[in-house]
Formats: sequence, C-alpha cells, structure tokens
Amino acid sequence: MRRKGSPWQGLGVVTLKELSDHLVSARMRVLEWLVVLVALAAVYGAITQIRDVTAEDPFLFLRLFTTARDPLPSFVAFLGFLVPLMAIGLGFDAVNGEHNRRTLSRILSQPIYRDALLFGKFLAGLAVISISLLCLWLLVIGLGLLLLGVPPGGEEMARALIFLLVTIAYAGVWLALAMLFSVIFRSAATAALVTLGLWLFLSVIWPALAPAIAEALVSPEHQATLVVTGQMLARLSPSTLYGECVLALLDPTTRTLGPVYLNQLEGAIMGSPLPLWESLMVAWPQTVGLVAASILLFVGGYVGFQRQEVRA
Amino acid sequence: MSDIVIAAKGLSKRYGTAYAVNGVSFDVAAGEIFGLLGPNGAGKTTTILMLLGLCDISAGEARVFGHDPMREPLMVKRLVGYLPDSVGFYDHLTAADNLHYTARLMGIDAAARGKRIAAALDRVGLSAVADKKVGTFSRGMRQRLGLAEIVMKEARVAILDEPTNGLDPQASVELLQLIRLLKDHGVSILLSSHLLDRVQSVCDRVALFTAGRIALIGTVAELGRQVLGGGYAVEVEADGGNNIAKALSALPGVRSVGEPGPGRFRMACDNDLRAEAAGAVVAAGGRLKQLSLDQPSLETIYTRYFQNAQEARDAA
Repeated sequence: MRRKGSPWQGLGVVTLKELSDHLVSARMRVLEWLVVLVALAAVYGAITQIRDVTAEDPFLFLRLFTTARDPLPSFVAFLGFLVPLMAIGLGFDAVNGEHNRRTLSRILSQPIYRDALLFGKFLAGLAVISISLLCLWLLVIGLGLLLLGVPPGGEEMARALIFLLVTIAYAGVWLALAMLFSVIFRSAATAALVTLGLWLFLSVIWPALAPAIAEALVSPEHQATLVVTGQMLARLSPSTLYGECVLALLDPTTRTLGPVYLNQLEGAIMGSPLPLWESLMVAWPQTVGLVAASILLFVGGYVGFQRQEVRA
Repeated sequence: MSDIVIAAKGLSKRYGTAYAVNGVSFDVAAGEIFGLLGPNGAGKTTTILMLLGLCDISAGEARVFGHDPMREPLMVKRLVGYLPDSVGFYDHLTAADNLHYTARLMGIDAAARGKRIAAALDRVGLSAVADKKVGTFSRGMRQRLGLAEIVMKEARVAILDEPTNGLDPQASVELLQLIRLLKDHGVSILLSSHLLDRVQSVCDRVALFTAGRIALIGTVAELGRQVLGGGYAVEVEADGGNNIAKALSALPGVRSVGEPGPGRFRMACDNDLRAEAAGAVVAAGGRLKQLSLDQPSLETIYTRYFQNAQEARDAA
C-alpha cells in the first residue's frame, strides 16, 4: 500500500530545530571546551616531539596529527575516542527523549512522516559534530602554522581535508548507533549506558579479542589465513576501520593495510611515500565500510521507529 | 453524508491474538462534540491513534473527511488537531516558540505565523505567559497550550484524548469552557475520557467503550431511556395536606411513588409529570416546596449497564 505525501516534508524544519536545540544546550558547552582542550593538548604534544625528532620530512605538517608525546596520545588517537563520545552524547536520547517528554505524539500528529523526524535528528547531530570537528581541525592547523612556522603543501592539505571527512563518517556510525538504541530503549540512561558499553567493547576489547577468535577458527599451520581472518574480524569494529583509514591517509608511506608477502615487496622502494590517489585507494574499502555501517545502523533505527507505538 | 466528518466502520486493532479494539463503528457529525467514554484500557486511545494514522488498522476502515488515514496520513493530519493524553512540550522553549515549531511543521507561512500564534494564545488565555518557558507551566496551562495549537492549526476536527485528566476542578471547568468555545467556532470535537460526569456536560453524543467494543452509543438521554428502562424520575418536596402520596400515585402515567424521607416523594413515571404533580399536591392541600426532574447521569447509566450485563451473564 502506497502512502501519499512526501516523506521529506518537515525535514528542514526538524533539522533546524534540533540544530538550534543542540547549539544552545549544555552539552554543546562541554563539547566546545573539549574541542579547545584537545586541540591544545594534541598540538602541544606533537610540536614538542616534532621539534625534537624530525628534521627533514616532506610531510611535516601531517605529523601534527599523528605524532604522540608521552603521556599524551596523538591528535588522531584523541579523536578516536572523542568522536564516539560526542556522537553518543548527541544521539542517545534522540527518540526516547521525545517519548519521555510526551512530545512525540503531538509532533507526529502534525502533517509530517516519522521519516522526517528521525532523519532530521540525524542530520542535525551530524551537522553539530561536523561544525565541532571543523573548528578543531582549523584550530590544530592554525596552531601548527604558528608554532611550526612551516606552511603545509597542497597534498598535505588535501590529505588533511579527506581525513576530516572520514572522521565525520566515523562520527556518523556512532551517531546512528546511539539513535538506534534511543529507539530501542525507552529510558535514556539505559540507551546511553548500552551504547557506551558497546563502544568500549568494540574499541578496546574487540581488537584484542579478534586474533584470539581467529586462532580458534583457523588451524595454526595456515599462518596467512590466520592473520587475514584476525584482521577481518577486527574490522567489524568501526574503530579499527577508522584507525586503518587514518593510517593510510596521514602516513603516505603506508602501502597496504593487510599482510604483505615477500614477493610483493620485490622492487618496492621502502619508505617512499605513495601519491595521494594511491593512498586514497588503500583507504577506500575502510571508508566505504564506515559509511555502509552508518547507513545500516540508521536503517535499523528507522525500521524500529516505524514499528514503534506512539503513545507514551 | 457530507456532514459526517469522522466515520469508523468495524475498526479493529489486534496485538497478537488479543484485540485492543474490536469492531468499533461510529460517526461524528460536523459541529458536534462526540465523547468516547470508558475505563482506562478500553481501547479509546488506540481508536484515536488509528483515526490519526499513527497506528496501523488491523481490520475495518476509517475515514476523516473522506480520507483514509492509512493511505493519506498527511492529509488527515493537516485537517485534524490532536491533543494527546497529558500533552508534552519542549520545556526549554517558550510557549510561543513551541507553537512556532509546530506552525512551521504545519507549513503555515512565515507572514501569518506570528499573528495566528498570538491569536491562539489569546483565545486560551495564555497571552501573558507567551514568552515564559513551558517548563514553568502547570498541567492545566499545558493542556490549554495544546488547545492553542489546535486553534492555531485552524483544524476542522479536534481530537482530544483525556483532556481533563489530572486537572483540578477549576482548571478542568475552564478547559471544558474552552472546548465548548472551540465548538462554537465550528470545530467538530471527538474527545475521550474516563471521567463520566464531567464529560456529560459537554458531549452531544457519547459512545461507551468496554473491553475494545462500543457497548452503547447515543445522546445521554437516549442511553438513559435505553438502560434505565426509560421513564422519568420526578422528585417532589411538600408538606401538609392529606395523603399526598396517594394523590400522586393516582395521576395517569405514574408507575410508582416512593417516600425516601418525610415530606419527600419520588415518582417514577412514563413522561415528564412535573406540572401534573404540582397540581395534585396543591389540590390535596399540600404546600409545594420543591419539584425537580432527575436527569439520568452517565455514571448511573454506566454502572447500571454493567450491572445488567453482569446479571445477564450470571443468569445464562
């Protein structure tokens, strides 16, 4: 049975309203401070390290993102856990919050479909994260310019920009996951806790667990299969995908993200950087994986929301 | 047929094997206040959600201004204003901002929005608090703000779910007045409630729900005749005179006369015998002090109906 009327009706209104709600919320204040502090900490750590270590590096500027100085993690590592936290913080009460405020049935009795409400909330969340990440990115690059005194090259900027886009896609995964749980669980606290739990599991425990599971599945004689299986399993976690993506983009010497056979190394010049396009090819499957994961999770939340009872 | 605004035919909602609503049929005519009455869990809210297209219909069909809420939900939702049970608003926004958001969702153009919001808030008496955050509002104010939303929408039908639920007597009297005012502006109203006596005062017709079905449907007077065996109850208060009771029972059309207290008589009769009773009292030399006709109350009808149903079941 076909329903009449556009599912997009009201999408813009919902998105703008959610965006303005986010921008004035206390959560946003916390996010802003996190962004500033992370930028300062990461740049400070990286720059002192770069000054000590690197003399001549064609991609000096990218080192800003990847270099760590004990005890501070690198900027990329910071993002690896800051981004999921931001996304979960913005999405965990998206739908159940409307339920608990008893606004859901009133809003849905207006001439819009549920599609517009859910997608509008997702877009607004992603927009807020994008704004924060863009600020963070500009802050880091600006500080880098000031403190390093070396202007970045065109390719470096291109790589940094693609890195920003990939990070936004990574945020989309966690936002979609948080919204899925906000549909499933009626209590916002439960939804937040479950999402955070899953995040911890996927980011910290799963990468360590994957090789162990691979060992259980594959006989130890097939060394190559074992490694590949372990890697495949580990890539079920968005954190692993993101990590690999970033590695390929920000470290141009990365030639592959999988195991390398000796015969493949024949004739290769070790440590020489790949051109941007080749690096992009290396990171492509992971990027597609991240986007696909957000779409899948969003669809899951969408189906759940369509079937949900409206009444409080 | 053009004056039927909402039509439900054999409307059913099934969850697994259990029916929340089972074959409900009723019509709401233009300009009337129609009440869905019954205990909590009888299927009133589910019926309303099906009419709005917010809940799938398992069987039967619903039409709102001739539109099918399953196929054309946006059309239906454009014409109908809905006030849910204990309505919620965004607490961090002001009353006017809350209405602004829904006005944009309704597609009211920017030029008309401000004026319509101000007019709607004025109608429900919330103009003074238009710029206060809804978080500070009492329950009654929230319900009124919900009505303002319907006024702003210029809806032709208002569906109100338990509008007076949880309100203090003063607030609920005010709300019922607003609902009557809405009717005076030509809006047809479908409302649900489990508070029978309060709703009786505003409803033109009612449907009594029980366990997912409509047990009775009609005006309160019709239901009274149907359930309480028809007839009128006239109360007479008089003293003096000789044997007023006998004089009253001699009137044609009187079934019985009871004496609940000294000088008080209660006549069960086939029609309204107030005038005749007055004459009889005076003729018997009594001094008439009070004369009244008992309106059947929904409460009595409702309890009596279920007593009858219970007795019928026990007898079977």
